[in-house]
Formats: sequence, structure tokens, C-alpha cells
Amino acid sequence: MEKSSRITKFISTVVLGITFLLYVAPFLLVFVNSFKSTKEFISNPLKLPVQMNIANYISAIGKMRYSHAFMNSLIITVFSVLLITIFSSMTAYAFVRNKWKINQFMFLIMVAAMIIPFQAIMIPLVKIYGSIGMLNSKWALIYMYIGFGTSLAVFIYHGFIKSIPLELEEAAMIDGCTRIQAYFKVVFPLLKPTTMTIAILDVLWIWNDYLLPSLVLIEPNQRTLPLSTFYFFSTYTVDYGLLMAGLMLTITPVIVLYLFMQKHIIKGVMQGSIK
Amino acid sequence: MNKKKNLWNDIKTYLFFAGPTTFIFFTVIIIPFLFGIYLTFTNWDGISSNFSLNGLNNYAAVFADKAFWASLLLTLKFVFFTVILTNVIAFFLAYALTSGLKGQNFFRAGFFTPNLIGGVVMGLVWNFIFTNVLVYIGKTYNFPLFSASWLGNPDKAFWTLVIVTVWQYSEYMMIIYIAGFMNIPKEVLEASSIDGANGFVRLKNIVTPLMIPSFIICIFLSLQKCFMVYDVNLSLTKGGPFKSTQMISMHVYEKAFLSQKYGIGQAEAFFLFIMVAVVTLAQVYFSKKLEVES
Repeated sequence: MEKSSRITKFISTVVLGITFLLYVAPFLLVFVNSFKSTKEFISNPLKLPVQMNIANYISAIGKMRYSHAFMNSLIITVFSVLLITIFSSMTAYAFVRNKWKINQFMFLIMVAAMIIPFQAIMIPLVKIYGSIGMLNSKWALIYMYIGFGTSLAVFIYHGFIKSIPLELEEAAMIDGCTRIQAYFKVVFPLLKPTTMTIAILDVLWIWNDYLLPSLVLIEPNQRTLPLSTFYFFSTYTVDYGLLMAGLMLTITPVIVLYLFMQKHIIKGVMQGSIK
Repeated sequence: MNKKKNLWNDIKTYLFFAGPTTFIFFTVIIIPFLFGIYLTFTNWDGISSNFSLNGLNNYAAVFADKAFWASLLLTLKFVFFTVILTNVIAFFLAYALTSGLKGQNFFRAGFFTPNLIGGVVMGLVWNFIFTNVLVYIGKTYNFPLFSASWLGNPDKAFWTLVIVTVWQYSEYMMIIYIAGFMNIPKEVLEASSIDGANGFVRLKNIVTPLMIPSFIICIFLSLQKCFMVYDVNLSLTKGGPFKSTQMISMHVYEKAFLSQKYGIGQAEAFFLFIMVAVVTLAQVYFSKKLEVES
């Protein structure tokens, strides 16, 4: 019994290891090839590079307008996530604490709207915002992300705020806080784990999103990282080493973030999906 | 008097706490959604500011649009395979990673990596794998299966999309299944092994029924994501070869923004919305009936 279970464990570790290799192999291949010249790449994409040549990286940074794209992505993601969490938590708070009919009705609409796929809205969205001249700006995009992000965020916050005892706020209000102060000083800090969950889900979504920015941001200088990577690929189709360096540049920031926040990210995804 | 004051308080609280959200939510989701329904009854071409109602013509055009039905059918086929494969793989990975193997935390973290990277970049990475690496392996080591790029062949190009999508989503679902496995009470498992249920029997009769909530979430999420697949489709196959892998999202996009038939495109998008809503709600409704208490 003991022996056979040890064998099964060994076998499953081996199977798992092989599956794992298959899962990460694409990244390793991109990494290895990012240091090669096109000639080296074509002769054998599996071989290790002769030397660690970072010329591809330097050239890719210039050609992708990497610093622009990176800053755009960063600004858009940070502001969107910040505003989504603040606005949505306040909304959810009002919905939970104030049992007014309109509150309950609005909450229902927001939850129901989660089923609308983006594709059902994109055409009129572009039409409306195009006609009032709000396209081609980061801030319009952030505004839209808040709109698309609130439903889920309000829903998750709503579930969590229900479990916060009312007495805490009442005590604060007896001590002289207004409702608004009570919210920001007592309730919002308590929501921190939920805020983390929502922030993680939204960062992954907004940082990687392609379709919405591709419709809203048209000028090259406004492009986000996924957009500039995509255009970069359609411009330099055969310069393989360069393309691989470009991919590495796009992938690296997320991986670095992941290395630091790994536990939070996995927990965030777990929490976010269960609710 | 008191009642009136109460109402005023309700409104004040609402405007302060939920005002901005409501305004943005309405201007970004609800108004475009309703305006979109209106657009399906017009002949708008995307440029002119004058357009007129044309009744149900767009819906008639949708029914006559062969490319739409072809991509819808293809999407259904795609959803069928990806949802099943994603969930089966995710379930077994999660099962293996909660059975107390060495290094399971490392594996969990590592397996999740593909999820951090967006669909477009993912598609570009795999484009390189399919056109360069696999072809190289096929030619050098004589695997006829790989010696021509899969992206050049309509059938195989479809499978590249399935492979990449499964590769990307199975880890996300794996995390949810892991959460599900960890929530199964230890006593139930111990009791079942005292009763002699082990290995496969235990997995089938004890674990699977208790995992139904996780199944509901995962199938719901994967249905939604796979129906709407666009990024990978764009960067991996660009819908080709010969539009043979054009999924429904891409079809709607091209109809509206490239062929400038906004009314028809929006009618197709609306049709899609109804379909996804019906499928996902039906799925949740029927699987809720299967839930058991532990």
C-alpha cells in the first residue's frame, strides 16, 4: 500500500513536470530567440544563442515606442483601477446600507448588465463617443473602463460590505463622524482584502486588453503596450530576433509584478471567482 | 414632513455615494446598449450623420449572410471543444495539485503564468511557435505532421486556436478548481476512505458531486470567454487562411468597421448577445439543480 502510493506520487509528479514544461516552453523559446540575429534564428530556432546580444532589445525599444506605450498602459491601468475601486465601493456601500427601492433596483440592473458582452456595445459606443469627439484620448478610455468595471466591482463589494457589522459605523458616528467620514475612515479600510481582489482582476484585464483601446486610441503616441506590440508585429514581419525581443519587453513587466505579488494574485483570482 | 426629509436624505446619499458610478455606468453601458438596439433598425454606414429607419431589413440581411452563419457554426464548434478541454485539463491539474505533491505551490504559481499575458501577445508567441519552431522540428526530424505550418491549413488552423485558448484558460480555471478542492471538508474524505472508497471511486462518487459549484463557475466563465474570443483569433490566425477561422466576434468587427455595415453588424452583435445570455443562463439554471450539500 505504502509503496504503491509512493509510485503513484512519483508518476504524477513526472507527468505534472512534463505538462509544466509544455506550458512554459513557448516563453523559454521566445526568450532564447530574442538574443539572436535573424540569420541565426532561421537556421535553428531551438539552439541557444551564440552570445547574449542585446542589440535587438535596444532596437525594439525604439521601434515600438516602448516608453510611450509603457507609460500609456501604466497611466490607464492605474487611474482606471483606482477610480473603479473608489467609486464602486462607495456605490456598493450605499446600496447595502440604504434599503431604498431605487438602490435595490439599480443594483439589480448593474448585476444584470454583467451578461452583456462587450461586442454588443462596441459599435454604438464608438459611434456615440466619436460624435462628441471623445475618441483618441486616454481619459476617455479610462472613463469607459470605469463603466465596464463597475458592475463586477459593485457586485463583489456588495457581498463583502453585508458582512461588516453596522455597529462599527454607528460608534464612529456617535463619536462625531459624519456618514462620509465614517465611510472613509472606518468602512473603506476594512474593505482592503476585497479591494485587493478587485484591483488584481482589473489590472490583469485592463493592462492586457486589446479590443477597446484599439477602437478608442488611434494615434501612434497614444497606444498601449498590447496595441504597440501588435502594430510592431505587422510592421517588422520578418525581423524575427527583433520581434522576439519586442515580445519579451511586453511580457516582462507583468512577470516582474507577478514575482512580487504572486500570492496575492492567485488569492485574488480565487476570491474573485467564488463570489 | 419626516417622510419628506427621509426621501431627501435618500437622494443625497445616493447622489454622493453612487452618483458618479451611476452616471458613468449609464453613459458607457446602458445608453450604448439601448442605442445599439435602435441602430439595428437603421441603415447607418458609420460616416454620414443622416440615416433612416429601415425596419427589419438588417435582421433579414443577417439571416441571408452566409459568412455570419459559417462563423457562428465555427464558433459553436470552437466553444464546444475549448470548454470541454479547458475544464477537463483544469480539473485534473487542480486535482493533482491539491493531492499533496512536492512543490505544488511552485507548480500552481508557474502554471498560472500564461494567464498574466493578454490574448494578443499570446497569439503572437504561438504564431512564432507554429510557423517557426514546429516547422523546424518537422523538417529536421522528419515529422510530417509538423513539416508544414498549421496556420496555412484551414482545419489545423482551427485547432491551433483551440490549443492556444485551452492553454491560456485552463490555468485560470485550475485556480478556481483548486479553491473548490480545498473547500471540500476533510471529514467527508476521511469517512469515505474508512468506508473503503479510494482513488477513482472516491473521485467519481464523493469529490465530483461536491465540486459542482466550481463546475458551474468554470463552465460559465469559459463559455462566456470562448464565445467572445477575439484577441487570439486576430493575432494568431487573423481569421485565415481564407477566412476559414473567422470567429463570430471578428466577423461582427469586420462587418461593422471594415465593410461599414454598422446596422447589420450591430444586429449580429445583438443576436449574439441574446444567444450568449440564453446559453449561460440555461447552463447556470440547470446545473444549480445538480448541487448537493456536503
